[in-house]
Amino acid sequence: MLDQPATLLEASHISQSYETGSGERGDPVLKDVSLTVRSGEIVGILGRSGCGKSTFLRIVSGLTRPTEGAVTIAGRKVEGPADGVAMVFQSFALFPWLTVLDNVEIGLRAQNVPAEETRARALQAIDVIGLDGFESAYPKEISGGMRQRVGFARALVVQPQVLLMDEPFSALDVLTAETLRTDLLELWQEKRIPIKAIVLVTHNIEEAVLMCDRIVVLASNPGRIADEIVVPLAHPRDRLDPEFRQMVEKIYALMTQRPEPKLPGPQPVAAAANLGIALPEVSSNALAGMLEEIAGPPYEGKADLPHLADSLQMEVDDLFPLGETLQMLRMVEFADADIKLTPIGRKFVDMDVDQRKKLIGEQLLANIPLAAHIKRVLDERPSHRAPASRFREELEDYMSEDYADRTLRTVINFGRYGELFAYDESGESFSYENPQ
Amino acid sequence: MTKLYSLASAGRRVLPNHWDVIALAIVMATLAAIARAYHGVAQPLSAPEAQAITLDYGVLPYYALRTALRMFAALLASFVFTFVYATAAAKSRRLEMVLVPILDILQSVPILGFLSFTVTFFLGLFPGNVMGAELAAVFAIFTSQAWNMTFSLYQSLRTVPRDLDEVARSLRLTGWQKFWQLEAPFAVPGLLWNTMMSMSGGWFFVVASEAITVGDTTITLPGVGSYIAAANTAGRWDAIWAAVATMAIVILLYDQLLFRPVIAWATKFRVELSVGQEVEESWVLAALRRTYWVRNAFGPVFAGLQWLTFRRLALPRLIPDNALKPTPAASRVIDVVWFAAVAAVAIYALWSVVAYVATELSWPDVGNVVVLTIYTLIRVLVLMALATIVWVPISVWVGLRPRWAERVQPFAQFLAAFPVNLLFGAAVSLVLTFHLNPDIWLSVLIVFGTQWYIVFNTIGGAAAYPNDMREAAANFRIHGWDWWRKVILPGVAPYYLTGAITASGGSWNASIVAEYVKWKDQLVTAHGVGAYIAEATDKGDFPKIVLGVAMMSIFVAVFNRLFWRRLYAMAERRYSL
Repeated sequence: MLDQPATLLEASHISQSYETGSGERGDPVLKDVSLTVRSGEIVGILGRSGCGKSTFLRIVSGLTRPTEGAVTIAGRKVEGPADGVAMVFQSFALFPWLTVLDNVEIGLRAQNVPAEETRARALQAIDVIGLDGFESAYPKEISGGMRQRVGFARALVVQPQVLLMDEPFSALDVLTAETLRTDLLELWQEKRIPIKAIVLVTHNIEEAVLMCDRIVVLASNPGRIADEIVVPLAHPRDRLDPEFRQMVEKIYALMTQRPEPKLPGPQPVAAAANLGIALPEVSSNALAGMLEEIAGPPYEGKADLPHLADSLQMEVDDLFPLGETLQMLRMVEFADADIKLTPIGRKFVDMDVDQRKKLIGEQLLANIPLAAHIKRVLDERPSHRAPASRFREELEDYMSEDYADRTLRTVINFGRYGELFAYDESGESFSYENPQ
Repeated sequence: MTKLYSLASAGRRVLPNHWDVIALAIVMATLAAIARAYHGVAQPLSAPEAQAITLDYGVLPYYALRTALRMFAALLASFVFTFVYATAAAKSRRLEMVLVPILDILQSVPILGFLSFTVTFFLGLFPGNVMGAELAAVFAIFTSQAWNMTFSLYQSLRTVPRDLDEVARSLRLTGWQKFWQLEAPFAVPGLLWNTMMSMSGGWFFVVASEAITVGDTTITLPGVGSYIAAANTAGRWDAIWAAVATMAIVILLYDQLLFRPVIAWATKFRVELSVGQEVEESWVLAALRRTYWVRNAFGPVFAGLQWLTFRRLALPRLIPDNALKPTPAASRVIDVVWFAAVAAVAIYALWSVVAYVATELSWPDVGNVVVLTIYTLIRVLVLMALATIVWVPISVWVGLRPRWAERVQPFAQFLAAFPVNLLFGAAVSLVLTFHLNPDIWLSVLIVFGTQWYIVFNTIGGAAAYPNDMREAAANFRIHGWDWWRKVILPGVAPYYLTGAITASGGSWNASIVAEYVKWKDQLVTAHGVGAYIAEATDKGDFPKIVLGVAMMSIFVAVFNRLFWRRLYAMAERRYSL
């Protein structure tokens, strides 16, 4: 530790936006993201779904080209799928028609490495990663944990300098994920794998604190760096260690206290200007369940987010959209790493089903501009009908097609629940007509 | 299985657009050009000496072999075509704009209408040589298989899972390597399923193409089809049954020796997370895998092929990947130029078709053909409806009883493959004997062979119907019409439609054979565009053939778009379980 370790990977001022249908540049997915990774580091990129963290990883690996900015790895500019990096995928992404051994060998064979060397290196990687005995199995015959080990072996065997991991443990069950994490950390600590740095994309705060030396927190819309946190804890880290808990709490607080989306008060005239709030896909039942959980013991109306995540067995990606939607409906508030029921939220919990539906309807109209907009259009039209495409197009002025679709689905779902309007799926139109 | 790889073309966009018109013009113009180039107006084609077909039972195995080899040759040709065409369409956006609509139109063109053009063309290539006639027959079978297979491959290439594609790119596989390591394997199950479906349609065409008369030229190739033709002319029932039995055996052998093993082997290419419940088995494959000698003999062959697929061949690029990538503006200019070029070709093509047809025909003829096509349309619709009313309840009943389904399913599949046109002559003899109205009774022949697609697909759908939903229906005591309408029919709808679309396409084709049938020296015809095309073929009247084929293609294409695909899209959205 005499001098600063060499810079291995440098991403500077990365911005990314996609072309819309009409050939224009849409809103940026990533905006001016810079990151430096030095030898010997594990860097975590933490963010919620939609913050562009996976896009960023793909830009680093050379799979996607950024609209602006550049990436260099070991001094060489990345211009396409890069030498010296290897990627591990959330979905494992194994070729189902190849055996474990063939899957591991494919990267070397593609580079025409001599057959004996290929075999020797593959067997060694399989040995290191703990896959012996599974060489001739097909991916569909083995468990998720074993499949991801194949994913690791396939990445290691090409001897990359930087290992890129895209939520590698999130498709696994809790126990399996933990085993794989500790195994990988052990290999890393004991330097049994010739990798110089790891970049880990995740939405799991504890995972990031457990594994990383440094955590970059991304904020969404557009994806940008919100904060960077150094994790000074020594390995092996203990999840129950107070310092560890403190770190987790701190990041939770950081991720909830981002600038709030501007919430309009009771609707003034300029409703259309606020249509552009993207809604996550959450169900009305989940909202009710979450409110009840916070209202009940042991929380009694105010819950610590990490605890709540634990007791609901949810990860940030599931928990935050719920909390955020409730916040938009003014039924909860965030304070640091806590979530708190508002008086309206408290009222909701004590209501029966019909009252609840009515309340949600009212809150939607008051706080979600899109819902109010749909209602107004239906009121204005003599036929009291309106095609969904009309609203979708309006939304697409503010967000990508996917988000517009999702937002519309959520509004339909809540509108139905709150009995604000009916929706006909085959005709794709809104109306007031419910079967009598 | 049936549903998994359902019709390759069914799920695509619904409404016809300008590309379809362009495609139609190009396809028809090509046909007209071939016809114009090769038929010297009154000149007979120089055909090989018509080979005498004997009705001796002893020759049947040899004839069957010839027929089977023709099928095999066509299959190979279809594979080659599929790989070239589908890959080009999937890899180049500009080619895609033209190639896909053309394929779509080709799929709607009645293949038997093709026959007269292709026969002339190939005989012209090899004057006086049997090779020309053989190639024409092979080409007829090829046209019945290739489009479907090509669509399947094209769609697979377009839907390669994103994560696997990223793996391949991040491991820096070249285009060649990626094609063989990822794209081709991914496409295998769908492609094989469509091949098997096409193959079962192919038997119909091999029979039809072995004995054909175009104008004054009569071609007979040794094969089961021409054996039947001879038997029909002689009116010999015993010979017909012998041929039918031979055909049955050939189809069975093809299935057992070729398709079962290949399909069983191909299960490993399915992208699925767990070991499939459906295990395809093949005694042939099992036997091959157990032998020591065969395995060792083929080992080096496979290793060699694998070596080949791993060569770092990058398709030579005229323009370096990134350096000279056109700017969006430039790219749009190229698009406009490309579109203008295609449109110009299409307009010229359309004009040449019209000019060719107009040499002999005028507007009243066109009106006449429209009316005839409507007759055939009605025939297809009514018969499909009848087949549906009769077969759907029966198929559902069978499908819900696994033990029955297991036994009936392969049989229905076999019937769908069986070339019923072998029996047309015999059926017509009944029409003649009992003095039946050909307009009604010949119609029956149209769905004779194609109804089985409805049967086995519906059986498949009913067999896959979730048991808990059946139990729920029983629990709430849903009976009678309600049960059909609300419980089972929505559940089997996507499967039924898959079958019905295939059956409908087949029926249009069949109309060319079924509306115009010969038995001994008599000719029985019904009013319809099928008979119109068949008669024009007999007389070698090419402008009429072009007009008839074009009209039928337009009807089929529009009918598919406005009716079947919409239904299918709706069923997919609303009823898929």
